[in-house]
Amino acid sequence: MNNADKTLSVRRREPLTDTQLLLTITICIFVGMYVLAMMIWGGGFKKPQMLFDMLNDNAYLIIISCGLTIVMITGSIDISVGGVTALVAMVGVMILNGNLGLFGGLQAALGLSDQWRIVFAFVMSLLIGLAFGLVQGYLIAHLEIQPFIITLAGMFFARGMITIVSVDPQKAPQSLMDILQTRIEIPWLGSPNKKGVMIPARMEIGVVIALVIVVLVFLLLRKHRLGRSFYAVGGNRQSALMLGVNVRKTRFMAHLLCGFLSGIAGFVFMMHTGAGNATNATAAEMNAIASSIIGGTLLTGGVGNVIGTFFGVLTLSTIKSIVTTSGLRDPWWQSITTGAMLCFFILLQSLVLMRRGKKKSSK
Amino acid sequence: MNKNTKGSALANYSQLLVPLIAILLLVIFNLFRDPSFFSVGITTNNNGDPVLQGNLISILNGASELVILSMGMTLVTAASGGQDISVGALAAIAGSVFVKVLKSQGGAISPVLVVGAFLLCCAVAMAFGAFNGALVSVFNIQPMIATLILFTCGRSIAYWINGGATPTISSPIISAIGSFVPGMPVPTPILIVILMGIFFALLFRFTTLGLYIQTVGINQGAARLNGINAVGIKLLSFILLGACCSVAGMIGVSRLGLINHETLLINIEMDAILAVAIGGNSLGGGKFRMLGSVLGAYAIQALTITLYAMKVPSTDVKAYKAVVIVLLVVMGSPKVKETVERLRKRAGGKRPAGAGKEAA
Amino acid sequence: MEEGIVLTMRGICKSFPGVKALSNVDFTLRRGEIHALMGENGAGKSTLIKVLTGVYAKDAGEIRIEGIEDAISIRSPQEAQNYGISTVYQEITLCPNLTVAENMFIGRTPGRSVDWKGMEKKAGALLDSLGIPARPKQQLGSCSLAVQQMVAIARAVDTECKVLILDEPTSSLDDKEVAMLFRLMRELKARGVGIVFVTHFLEQVYEVSDRITVLRNGELVGEYEVEKLPQVELVAKMIGKELEGLSDIKRRSAVAGGAEDVVYEAEMLSSTECRPFDFHIGKGEVNGFTGLLGSGRSESVRAIFGADPVTGGRVKVDGKSVKVQKPYDAMRQGIGYLPEDRKRDGIIADLSVRENIILAYQVMKGMGHPLSRAQAEAFADEYIQALDIKTASTDTPLGSLSGGNQQKVILARWLLTHPKYLILDEPTRGIDVGTKTEIQRLVLKLAEEGMSVTFISSEIEEMLRTCSRLIVMRDRNIVGELTGNELTQERVMHTIAGGGKEDE
Repeated sequence: MNNADKTLSVRRREPLTDTQLLLTITICIFVGMYVLAMMIWGGGFKKPQMLFDMLNDNAYLIIISCGLTIVMITGSIDISVGGVTALVAMVGVMILNGNLGLFGGLQAALGLSDQWRIVFAFVMSLLIGLAFGLVQGYLIAHLEIQPFIITLAGMFFARGMITIVSVDPQKAPQSLMDILQTRIEIPWLGSPNKKGVMIPARMEIGVVIALVIVVLVFLLLRKHRLGRSFYAVGGNRQSALMLGVNVRKTRFMAHLLCGFLSGIAGFVFMMHTGAGNATNATAAEMNAIASSIIGGTLLTGGVGNVIGTFFGVLTLSTIKSIVTTSGLRDPWWQSITTGAMLCFFILLQSLVLMRRGKKKSSK
Repeated sequence: MNKNTKGSALANYSQLLVPLIAILLLVIFNLFRDPSFFSVGITTNNNGDPVLQGNLISILNGASELVILSMGMTLVTAASGGQDISVGALAAIAGSVFVKVLKSQGGAISPVLVVGAFLLCCAVAMAFGAFNGALVSVFNIQPMIATLILFTCGRSIAYWINGGATPTISSPIISAIGSFVPGMPVPTPILIVILMGIFFALLFRFTTLGLYIQTVGINQGAARLNGINAVGIKLLSFILLGACCSVAGMIGVSRLGLINHETLLINIEMDAILAVAIGGNSLGGGKFRMLGSVLGAYAIQALTITLYAMKVPSTDVKAYKAVVIVLLVVMGSPKVKETVERLRKRAGGKRPAGAGKEAA
Repeated sequence: MEEGIVLTMRGICKSFPGVKALSNVDFTLRRGEIHALMGENGAGKSTLIKVLTGVYAKDAGEIRIEGIEDAISIRSPQEAQNYGISTVYQEITLCPNLTVAENMFIGRTPGRSVDWKGMEKKAGALLDSLGIPARPKQQLGSCSLAVQQMVAIARAVDTECKVLILDEPTSSLDDKEVAMLFRLMRELKARGVGIVFVTHFLEQVYEVSDRITVLRNGELVGEYEVEKLPQVELVAKMIGKELEGLSDIKRRSAVAGGAEDVVYEAEMLSSTECRPFDFHIGKGEVNGFTGLLGSGRSESVRAIFGADPVTGGRVKVDGKSVKVQKPYDAMRQGIGYLPEDRKRDGIIADLSVRENIILAYQVMKGMGHPLSRAQAEAFADEYIQALDIKTASTDTPLGSLSGGNQQKVILARWLLTHPKYLILDEPTRGIDVGTKTEIQRLVLKLAEEGMSVTFISSEIEEMLRTCSRLIVMRDRNIVGELTGNELTQERVMHTIAGGGKEDE
């Protein structure tokens, strides 16, 4: 009754959609937290470089989280992303070193110069990511096997492959790393160091890639038919089918994209660290899931936003910075606060969902 | 009538076929590869006691924690239709509590203290299990997401409990739990598994838990209409899994004589889920058979040990496991079964025609 | 094709294994009319709709649609839509997380990029012209169910639709919302859309439709103009007995039980799904709730058993005040309940016949007192014999039994608990004739032994044969109570159809 009245009366401002509501909460919490940190601990938090360092360290995580957000919007999950990232980083470093078995020989035969090695490594990154996305997407969308199990196997496979490719940790040649770790300097965001000399803010190329991906994924989700299909499938798979959405293809594309983005993330990770190691990007999948959830992506699908995910990553790393600067230097506090934060957001979402469910059943 | 009864009884055991065949294949493979693989011998250990030794024993012994966790995981899977991915972290917490209590009395470790330590760590693990269970049953959060919280921070909590150290404990009682009780040639973890098996057997024998869990897992609404407290049953399954975690954590700690929150039972949650699946239990919940999961766990351990014996580095084993998982779930997927069924029908349809030609 | 006719279906037949769902059914829809499709459970309404929308393939017959020379064959919902046949289902098949505008255009706009502005403008114009109180940018989930339904209709209308099928659109709406929906339906009618209106609410049919087609047992009863078919006759046609010569039907001779010996009594009992009502039943009495589907008969008995959250009222069992909040409470008071939807609420499909039979008894015994295998086996065997349940063994999964035998297993489950008071909601639905009679005979036998039974069935005859008192419901309210001589088919139908309505 009440509802009918409400809808009849014309209001100027639209009430927020679920996606917008959760996004707003996330941004508010992030900004509030950051401002609070600036007021209490000042120092580091006042320097823009703090923010850039967070971005530099987490560029790969932002990219992974974008992929995961897409998958989660369709109501699915992918926990292989961390493994794929680490595998890609390992393969990339080995290509740069020219010692990746068959490819090393291929490179020698082609007589690739340094720059071309980088291109070759990049192409391989994309191919590995796509391969994972392709196989997992097929098994999940077409054979309708539980995503969790398939991507769990994907994670095992990727992590196992790392050590099969190379048992020893690898280090990329310094000459190439100098190219890859080129930093963009932004003088006007600089800050003075202890001696009073202005140090410009530095940003890695990986951050640019990550930001471009955030924008592209945002546009895809907002403006592209496929992007809207992701939401429809996540909202209600049966309804989406009735509305003429190709559910199978949509789910497949989500996983394909996620794999593809993990490939890029691996390359960005390599650019940042220059190291191939079996323990690279450990628990990245869980951090990415946590970032997406904090960013307002609903676990049950259909609601989420990549901008929120971006802030989710920043929120997570801000919490970690706050925990360290506030004197809780013991190593366990970071993940305990992360867990608490996650618990808070999961419960928040559950309550939002329950409230909506109640509204319906009271009809 | 009699025949039918027999047939359905057989069908009851058919789900054990997959893990049994997996184990059988591994046995045959190993016998061809190295006939001495399964030789069991008796050697004398450091304490001068005769103990059993051999690959077979190390499979049975090494699988103990996995078997215990897969027992609990079976219950959670059946009741909630989802999996708990925090079991490894929870075992680490339980192990930390165990060690913390043992260390509290300044080094003197009496049997009473060990029992107390176990009871306390069991209580803590069950409380955490109840936390997971409440998120799942009361707040209706998917089990995997609900347990993600503890998965993320559980090992750090374990670290915290011991104040950032990885304390070691050495005591004959602890080594008796982790390896051998003097005078007993069978490794203690195997005995603990047997005890846990008996515990669950008695639980199912003297309570209706098995029936309730399956009913809730198959049709929660109907379970409620028959007076079953579905929320409570789900909660209980998580609490029981918590207890399993504490036992597994205790064994893990006792084996090494130290608690390392980072490495204790690392990645075991994935293996435990896999064990449930290989055991022929549906990951979507419902009917379950704990024996299947136990056999599945042994099959996984046998695969791991076989790979080790073939000089595959321990870090590579995951990749091979992944291939096995994918093959298993693809074979078990309804879509594939459907296609195979259709192909078989088509082949069946053709055969009579072929036979007719032959006759002509 | 005749002028003014948008759709004809001729001689439609459809069989499922063991059942003839439709035999030789005709249906004609004219332009700009609202055509009600009526019939009780299993009459074939939904099968006919599904044939028309391409969900099922028809076995025989032809479908013609305006503007196309030949008979058409519809193989999928998508094809039906291409022919201009759109359907709005009872459960809303839209995505609640998307906006209203998106729900109207997703899946049918060409091009890869989404033009939000254009889409919202078009949606706004359409919503305005149809008088639907929703805004394009609003999230669909935040609209009331009625508005969601209307958005679904707007979407259907926008796809050049000639035929609009509304499958029970009003079942979850309140009066005001129904009025809103009817306004929209009349607007569409004025635009020349042919509307097929499937519903169980008689008054709504008379309020809005022009013509009525009645189906019964998969056969066409007839097509009538609304003015020429009084409500009571419509009920008769749906239920399947002509009014003449019905009064002499053999009823249960003895009205059993002392009415003073009240076993269960409820005062102003209400749940989240049903309005407050009073009710009582005596020892050894068989009574029944009757009314058409959706009249609230099932919701009322669910409230008695505590199956839906109880929101108010006082309950007495054997004269003592008790609290019945959840099914377990009811079971403790000796009440049993066989649910209406056997598949969804009754059977535990993967469990064995034995486990299904002992389930409720086991729950009442408590968690710490499991039946031994031998005991369970004995109970199962006892009831398999007593009710003549056809199963390969006690170990057979219940899901693999036939519908009738599944129903007997659920019945056995409750009989094993030896209830004082047993509620049977549609125990005879979807099962073979033989089993139907068996179940009715059993109900009478149980009553003679002193059990109180509430019996619900879509078939009035069954209820007249078994019940000594009938509570009649219409549109979620109790509208009458019939006993003794009043228990005639005529009288029941008149009460269901609503007292004096036939004069209108």
